[in-house]
Amino acid sequence: MVDTETPPGTAADEPRGAFGGRSRRPAAAAVRRRRGPGRPSAGSGRMAALLVSPTLLVLTVVVLYPTIMALRESLYGAKGLDPKTGFIRTTEPFVGLRNYADIFGEASERFWNAFWNTTFFTVVTVGLETVIGVAMALVMHRAFRGRALVRASILVPWAVPTAISALLWRWIFHSDGIANALIGHQVLWTTEGFHAKVAVIIAEVWKTAPFIGLLVLAGLQVIPKEVYEAARIDGAGPLGQFWRITLPLVKPALLVAVLFRCLDALRMFDLPYILVGAQKTSVETLSMLAQDQASNVRFGPAAAYAVILFLYVFLIALGFVRLLGADVTGDGGAARGNRSGRRRRAVGYGAEVTA
Amino acid sequence: MTASAKWRARLLYAGVAAVVAYCLAPFYWMVVSSLRRSSDVFDTSLLPSAVSFENYRAVFEPSQGFTRALGNSLIVAGVTTALALLLATFTAYAMARLEFRFKRLVLTLIIATSMFPVVSIVVPLLKLFTDIGWINTYQAMIVPSMSFALPLAVWNLTTFFRQMPDELEQAAMIDGCTRGQAFRKIIVPLAAPGIFTTAIITFIAAWNEFLIALSMTNKQAMQTAPVAISKFSGATQFETPFGSQMAAGVLVTVPLVVMVLVFQRRIVAGLTAGAAK
Repeated sequence: MVDTETPPGTAADEPRGAFGGRSRRPAAAAVRRRRGPGRPSAGSGRMAALLVSPTLLVLTVVVLYPTIMALRESLYGAKGLDPKTGFIRTTEPFVGLRNYADIFGEASERFWNAFWNTTFFTVVTVGLETVIGVAMALVMHRAFRGRALVRASILVPWAVPTAISALLWRWIFHSDGIANALIGHQVLWTTEGFHAKVAVIIAEVWKTAPFIGLLVLAGLQVIPKEVYEAARIDGAGPLGQFWRITLPLVKPALLVAVLFRCLDALRMFDLPYILVGAQKTSVETLSMLAQDQASNVRFGPAAAYAVILFLYVFLIALGFVRLLGADVTGDGGAARGNRSGRRRRAVGYGAEVTA
Repeated sequence: MTASAKWRARLLYAGVAAVVAYCLAPFYWMVVSSLRRSSDVFDTSLLPSAVSFENYRAVFEPSQGFTRALGNSLIVAGVTTALALLLATFTAYAMARLEFRFKRLVLTLIIATSMFPVVSIVVPLLKLFTDIGWINTYQAMIVPSMSFALPLAVWNLTTFFRQMPDELEQAAMIDGCTRGQAFRKIIVPLAAPGIFTTAIITFIAAWNEFLIALSMTNKQAMQTAPVAISKFSGATQFETPFGSQMAAGVLVTVPLVVMVLVFQRRIVAGLTAGAAK
């Protein structure tokens, strides 16, 4: 929270600082420009528009436009025989909400299975990652000797591509692999069943817990030592210090880490796809379901699944930001308990869907 | 040192060892397995009984198309990173230094797009690219990759620019630089480490991408390395070539791991940017 930002609201209340606002008098703009950075002026507004618009343009093309297209596409059916004429259609027929009706009707079993798999994976992996990540961060924070080694090794799982880590775990979980040799049992990990879920969860947690550990460590390092000293003088034990001081103070960092991990886990694809395989009931996630439909040229249903997943992710993100006050932009608005800032951000999310 | 302090120190060492083992053991297993002969690939000894590079030779057999896949990965991830950095540097500067209306909203929107489920972008784009004949082209992989690379770069760079003192530019502007000149001559050179770190993080994200590359290609010649390795075929259909998969995995991962180890301080700073304020 050592930003150079002016108090919230200043920018919005300053009419001349309008985003894309035009300067009527160039001379005045030049004078204003001299006032230095950090203050809204017509000059900085115009400059900001110039600097920001290419990014917004690209994101509109690669994110917003496809999202709208997915919405539209989800209302169309597949090419095929026209039941009325018996001819093969060359265009896709408009079917309204039929794709959605099918998802909750005919195909509901597969959909709900994928939905619960996605939710189960997210809750369990993020839960385990948080516990392991916090434990790792506590160890790293205390360790002075061997710190460089720990920090180097903790980046390794993060740097391994997910697809490669899936192959690696597929090998570890092979019927004659090291995992079975270690537990002394013959488990067919990568076949249908609950053990396949366990395999996916272990592989996912291995790769991502260190990431949470890193973010929490960064949060730990900014807690002043005096706070702990004061607590010790007041008679708090190690456990009391952890619950009353460490956890509340790393909460903002942890919350952002957990939010990012949740949203990432909700779109899980590579790991179950490679580790266990496509079209496997035990591990099929919503992303896999949508991709499977699209690769079979059933774009309508695929788009409908994609839209549902999108809404699910959006609701979870909104929940985090509104209920828990996760400070995503990193400029400390929510941490300061700034209600208006939080509301403004929520409007931001809303605008994205309706736009 | 009291007895309890001694125990605490020992516990700490045990903790450090546990963390290191947790992170490195599976990776070590990949390296060890890749060095076994194909006759003892199912060995579970901690060291290969006889070190062999047989698997590495198998990786580079022309039928696997691995060299080509590595090249494809380099092109896709490289171009994605370059484009994302170019756009993100300007945007992040505006985010960190200029005051304008809707700034918060714009930053939130940009960060929010990085959380989009990739599949909801891939499905419509797959249809579009099929219609315009872009399947099996580099641009069909680069364009969707911008959806996560660009927000990532903007976010990272914004934090880096925010950490730089305002006075630098103010001094330059008092000395007669325009804001543009101050940006070019003062900010960009000084932010070079930040830009470089962001480049590494973005590159790793693009290099590791799988879903887009899998969906947008159906020819072996256009596959990126992660897709190609996942489709490695053995001598028969029912035999998965684990040895050469592990060898290829090592080849794809080791450059990243080396890069990460060399620049670890900066990467940690980049990854945790925004988490701790």
